[in-house]
Amino acid sequence: MAWRRLFAWLDARLQLGDIVEFLRHKRVPVHRHFYWYYLGGITLFLFFIQVATGILLLLYYKPTAEAAFESVQFIVTKVPFGWLVRSTHSWAANLMIFTAFLHLFSVFFLKAYRAPRELTWVSGMLLLFLAMGFGFSGYLLPWNELAFFATKVGADIAGAVPLVGGFLKTFLLGGEDVTGSTLTRFFGIHVAVLPMTFTALLLGHLLMVQRQGMSQPFTPAGAPPANPPREMPFFPNFFLREAVLWVGTLAVLLYLSIFLPWELGVKVDPFAPAPAGIRPEWYFTFMSQSLKYIPGKVLGIDGEVLGILAFGAAAAFLVLIPFLDRWAPGGRRHPFFTWVGIGIIAFMLTMITLAYFKPY
Amino acid sequence: MTPSPREQRQDALGDIPPDGRKARSYAGVSVPGAPILAALLGLALGGTAWAAEPTAAEKPDTCVACHQAVGGPMAKPLEERKADAHAAKGISCADCHGGDPARMDMDSMKVKGFVGRPARRDLPRLCARCHSDGAFMRPFNPAIRTDQLAQYRTSIHGKLLAAGDTKVAVCTDCHGVHSILPANHAQSSVHPTRVAETCGRCHGDAQYMQGYKIPTDQLAQYQESVHGELLLKRKDLAAPTCNKCHGNHGAFPPEVTSIAGVCGQCHVINKDLFLQSKHHAAFDRMKLPECATCHSNHGIKRASDEMVGVGEKGICKNCHVPGSRGYQAAEQMGKMIADLGQAVRRGEAKLAEAERAGMEVSDAKYEFQNARTSLIKARNEVHIFHPDRLNKVTGPGIELAEKGYRAGQEALDELGYRKQWSLIPLAAILAVVVGLVLQIRRIEGGRG
Repeated sequence: MAWRRLFAWLDARLQLGDIVEFLRHKRVPVHRHFYWYYLGGITLFLFFIQVATGILLLLYYKPTAEAAFESVQFIVTKVPFGWLVRSTHSWAANLMIFTAFLHLFSVFFLKAYRAPRELTWVSGMLLLFLAMGFGFSGYLLPWNELAFFATKVGADIAGAVPLVGGFLKTFLLGGEDVTGSTLTRFFGIHVAVLPMTFTALLLGHLLMVQRQGMSQPFTPAGAPPANPPREMPFFPNFFLREAVLWVGTLAVLLYLSIFLPWELGVKVDPFAPAPAGIRPEWYFTFMSQSLKYIPGKVLGIDGEVLGILAFGAAAAFLVLIPFLDRWAPGGRRHPFFTWVGIGIIAFMLTMITLAYFKPY
Repeated sequence: MTPSPREQRQDALGDIPPDGRKARSYAGVSVPGAPILAALLGLALGGTAWAAEPTAAEKPDTCVACHQAVGGPMAKPLEERKADAHAAKGISCADCHGGDPARMDMDSMKVKGFVGRPARRDLPRLCARCHSDGAFMRPFNPAIRTDQLAQYRTSIHGKLLAAGDTKVAVCTDCHGVHSILPANHAQSSVHPTRVAETCGRCHGDAQYMQGYKIPTDQLAQYQESVHGELLLKRKDLAAPTCNKCHGNHGAFPPEVTSIAGVCGQCHVINKDLFLQSKHHAAFDRMKLPECATCHSNHGIKRASDEMVGVGEKGICKNCHVPGSRGYQAAEQMGKMIADLGQAVRRGEAKLAEAERAGMEVSDAKYEFQNARTSLIKARNEVHIFHPDRLNKVTGPGIELAEKGYRAGQEALDELGYRKQWSLIPLAAILAVVVGLVLQIRRIEGGRG
């Protein structure tokens, strides 16, 4: 009774009834590709985990070259359950990027980007880039050797971008090289700039998903559309299913954090030579590895610049795909876009595998 | 204008008697006239310019002009001089050989104490005319030593030379003749990495050394030794070569009773402890070569913990008979150092295991360095040859090593607890999943 009174009190002020009514009528289409709908939700859940564990890490982390490594060391050795929080933050970051990629490709192949969901796709792509920015800036924060040198390589790549490269590199590093200034800067980007931008973009993305509803996949050619179309209520049916997966994801995270604790590595020694096996996070390796195969000069153009331009063009192509694929809105599946998607996945998997098993 | 080295030293050649044999052979060389004439003509023509304003570098040097023109073996020294440290500092042929390079005829080699090829017995004094003159050497290198000749005279080489033995090493045997490089030049025959090879040219030649009654396997032994490995293979210039122990210009076999002083140049603590030990007096009394008694000399191997004691590789039993007090002390010390070594290895392995398992043990690893330091200190302390003294190092060292072991074990135990306790949240999660699935079924009951 008290619950109902509280709700009535809030409803009188916030008009919650509209939202309840919206949720009551929200439906999720059911079909054989229905399971891909969960991926966005899992990515969202992992983002929540990141926010929660990130805030906990902030209680002890010190963003200076002198204290960063030691503070993370303190977190994982002395702070109660600090090891769990830090390990979970690292694992969830990687899983989040992984599920975001899966989400991207599922939407790509189901052609859910077609009108009227072009902006949902664009915002999703931007969210992925921001997530990768989270990864790049967060990788350096423990101030360990591998991250230090990987950041150097990453900044050098950014420095090779035509026209703005020099400015971009200096802006990123806070100087000519990776120093304590870089660490402070990356920290600011990681805990203030990116979270704010990401959250705003995420709210827009989620709002669009709610306003537009779930995209229906193409019906097989010639098959009549289901009448009435199969669907289930979003609340509680789909919500509970999503909850099962969120809790399951939490179990996977716990298992990984306990049985495969994320290593801290060795503290940065800026005067030491670069150690063997420098590698960025796995989701950047497809780029770093492929840059190794481009010759120094191609038709008089610097090979690295050419590679960066190619990746820039590929990213722009992916962002703009709803506007380029003119066949999808009409319910037609053009083989070019299907093969482009398959090609991108094959390329990424090959380069990531090479980066780990045959880096040179 | 500053006088050239030659001008400064010109009159000093008088006390070096010429090597008659070599001078005659030079005089007997059939010199083709045309090239010399051409060379002298060239000098004469160009000489007008020099006469106007001669500089040290531009002064006529008939030695160079003629030897260059004649070519062949006569021009070889000129080729060699291209890399010569003396030539680079403006020292000319005449500064060592005498003669007058300003004269444009063959008589230039008949004046000013010309010596075609200085006799071996005179070489130390010839070089010392400059190298023992502090005032002369200072402009080239203010820190350079000028006691080489004095040192040489105290060396076994110098003494034998003074006694008339010209087979012994003189300056040029080690430093070269016309292409002498500074000792710190990697290509120099007296650079630390090449000294052993240079000494070995004579000392490793059994035929050449015949009659001196000393072994000729020092070079081979040194190359296999720990010092040789460090210097020759790893290029560690801190490792000693021949001259570090024997001296260079004053080279002499170390006295039996001064070996500790020789080794103690680097192994300072070991030397100090040895000199305090009972072994010092006993070894000297018995004419045993101090450090070399246990470690040998040229072929010295990397010392091992097993050397201490009476075990299979223990060397104490070579002198101490079973049952004696020395034997018992050796046995105790062997055990102490072996126990510490084992504790250190055990602790290291445990910490490495914890680290591999993903546990953060860097603090414990840092602290464990003290255990390793104890082992190093114990390896030094053993040179006092006193079990009680050694125990004061090995005892705390073993405690430190065990502390490291415990830290590693605790980290692994912690990991074990985490794994065990993780079952509780995992079970809770499973319960939630089951509950959710049941709830879904309840809601959708009958609808599939």
